[in-house]
Amino acid sequence: MRPFEYARPSDLAQALAAAGPDTVFIAGGTTVVDLMRLDVLAPRRLVGLGDVAELRRTELDGDPVRLGAGVTMAEAAALPLVRERYPALAAAIDLAASAQIRNVATLGGNLLQKTRCPYFRDASSPCGRRRPGDACSALTGHLEQRAVLGASPHCVAPYPGDMAVALVALEASVEAATAAKVVTVQVADLFREPGDAPHKETVLGDGDIITAVLLPAPRGTSAFVKLRDRASFAFAAASAAVSLELDHDRVVAARIALGGVATRPWRSSEAESAVSGERLTPERAFAAGEAAFEAVARTHENRRGIALGARAVTAALLACRGG
Amino acid sequence: MKPESAVVSITVNGTPHRLEADTRRTLVDLLREDLGLTGTKIGCGQGTCGACTVHVDGVRVLACLLLAVTVEGGQVLTIEGLGTPDGGLHELQQAFIDRDALQCGFCTPGQIMSGLGCIGEGRANTAEEIRESMSGNLCRCAAYPGIVAAIADVAEGQGA
Repeated sequence: MRPFEYARPSDLAQALAAAGPDTVFIAGGTTVVDLMRLDVLAPRRLVGLGDVAELRRTELDGDPVRLGAGVTMAEAAALPLVRERYPALAAAIDLAASAQIRNVATLGGNLLQKTRCPYFRDASSPCGRRRPGDACSALTGHLEQRAVLGASPHCVAPYPGDMAVALVALEASVEAATAAKVVTVQVADLFREPGDAPHKETVLGDGDIITAVLLPAPRGTSAFVKLRDRASFAFAAASAAVSLELDHDRVVAARIALGGVATRPWRSSEAESAVSGERLTPERAFAAGEAAFEAVARTHENRRGIALGARAVTAALLACRGG
Repeated sequence: MKPESAVVSITVNGTPHRLEADTRRTLVDLLREDLGLTGTKIGCGQGTCGACTVHVDGVRVLACLLLAVTVEGGQVLTIEGLGTPDGGLHELQQAFIDRDALQCGFCTPGQIMSGLGCIGEGRANTAEEIRESMSGNLCRCAAYPGIVAAIADVAEGQGA
């Protein structure tokens, strides 16, 4: 780890003012410390957000519900309101990382977690996501879990998180503070596809701070399904979140998002169209899962991601039906 | 003081400390190197194995993923802080012995600190729930059945 100075602003204005070149914000630190140790991040200054009370401001009786970005994953998942009204969010948090990490990692930090692509995490490999202009090492190298959706010739790394996938299906937003103003961004619009600039991961600027997650009133029910290589404490091989309005067994409206198989949390209008207005049968649910990948040319590399992604969507849809 | 240093005030097992530390110092290094509390182990150093589990402000955390400067003012509990004042074992430590919940013992301090968190969070109601809640602690000797049994014993004894 490279030497760095540490600043500890006591409010949001000071934190925003502390932004600058070679400066990284740190909240729970479960991503930042890991990546600093790998030399993937090597800031000259670290700005701790632990004393910024604004980031803990939570309003459960509001519309939207507001969860402070500095609230930990464990704290958020323990809220009865989250468990009862936003089951997809509660499940996404419960199934993420380990209990120790959920006790420290914050909502804002979780959203901004970095890809697990081994070439990104190896500071000696070229990686355009880590160093602008570098070629993608994974394209010619070995990457078992390539993004099936949203990849470009410059980056094929999947977005690893679970919570953002649930938030996309719930049509949640984040509130972010920039030096000039407060902005609200739909989680579905927060992340960029890599295109020819994979280092630009979100629409936020470098010195901006996510201050809250905003949850609109739930419509219908929701569910989150995560498929992984072992039963617990693993990143998603594929995940799906569904928010569903049902009239008996007929789908009135569906919001469907996929994780683990795309370069960013991926909302699928194709999957949604495949079930809207239809009776929710297992066959229809699977057709929706397949529809999410209908525009993708099948290759040997993406077969697994497509198969798992389609099944995650199927399972999440059927979970909303109650089985 | 160098700009890459900071003064850290921290209470460990009830004893307040105030020391100057390199900003790169992780909590686990501070505990082991500066305070001599070597019960907390370093396994993977990247948040995967759970050997460094301690409690900060009442919740179980990974001491290898926390910079000491970010724990300023924190209340830390380590394996050395368990047990009775006269040197007796904590009931979960005793349960690990009774259930043969270890072989080499390297992961055990982390398992016990994490197990305490598991019980305190009310996640020790079934063996399946314990396994899920303890998935952040690896045991290379695979003493998992004993670990689950020891945690279940203590949770039942507490009426959990």
